Amino acid sequence: MRPDRTAEPNLKGAAPLFAALGDRTRLALVARLSAGGPHSIARLTVGSAVSRQAITKHLHVLSAAGLVRHTRRGRERIWQLEPARLEIAHKFLAEISHRWDMRLSRLRNLVENS
Amino acid sequence: MSTDRIEKKILLRATRSRVWRALTDSAEFGHWFGVRFEGPFKPGTPISGIMVPTAVDAEVAKSQKPFEGKPFEFVIDRIEPERLFSFKWHPFGVEEGIDYSAEPMTLIEFVLEDRGAETMLTITESGFDQIPLSRRARAFQANEGGWNGVLRLIAKHLSDAS
Repeated sequence: MRPDRTAEPNLKGAAPLFAALGDRTRLALVARLSAGGPHSIARLTVGSAVSRQAITKHLHVLSAAGLVRHTRRGRERIWQLEPARLEIAHKFLAEISHRWDMRLSRLRNLVENS
Repeated sequence: MSTDRIEKKILLRATRSRVWRALTDSAEFGHWFGVRFEGPFKPGTPISGIMVPTAVDAEVAKSQKPFEGKPFEFVIDRIEPERLFSFKWHPFGVEEGIDYSAEPMTLIEFVLEDRGAETMLTITESGFDQIPLSRRARAFQANEGGWNGVLRLIAKHLSDAS
């Protein structure tokens, strides 16, 4: 019932993006940032077989494709998905809103038919 | 656009007292909402329940099935007869192994007004900005699957970039 914006993606400019994602380590980094929010390189390296230097290099490739960006916290760089923050907040509200629509239509059934 | 609150209005073809009962009688509330409470609602008092698939709609019941039997807690806030009913909860607070007790709750308010023989119900849920973003992210990831979330972000990125 959600509007599906992914149905006809605009593919202009997609090649560098998919090139950036065409690597298991980078895909895993994106997945991790997507699920867990902003991370430092140290945290992104935990549990990975890949070195910190390699992770940094991969993050820069993703950054060049506009997928991630970093901010500084003291001497540390914190990486996050570029479009994520507002998108997450808005998607969350859309989901909450959708659930209330469903509930209210059941409430309507109850009070209008009994 | 606010990321902190949502507001919904619905005009119901029923009297204010009928709607009031559906909201504040915990058994009736549970019937449409899809939860079974252990007792009545009392102002300022927590009340537990478990999630049950709704009897009203088969398709919705199917989507609720994975959550069946999960514990659920409301903290009833205000009950002002036939005008205002409010409670607090942890939105999507059904994940196992996570202690939500230290996290902020959102506030849900139901306000009733007469519209002739009908009733205008306004519901607001607010306080989302206090919920950690990572928790908000997990709420729809649990629903859609993490990878779907990633794909949507990519699609969004493409449409923004074009």
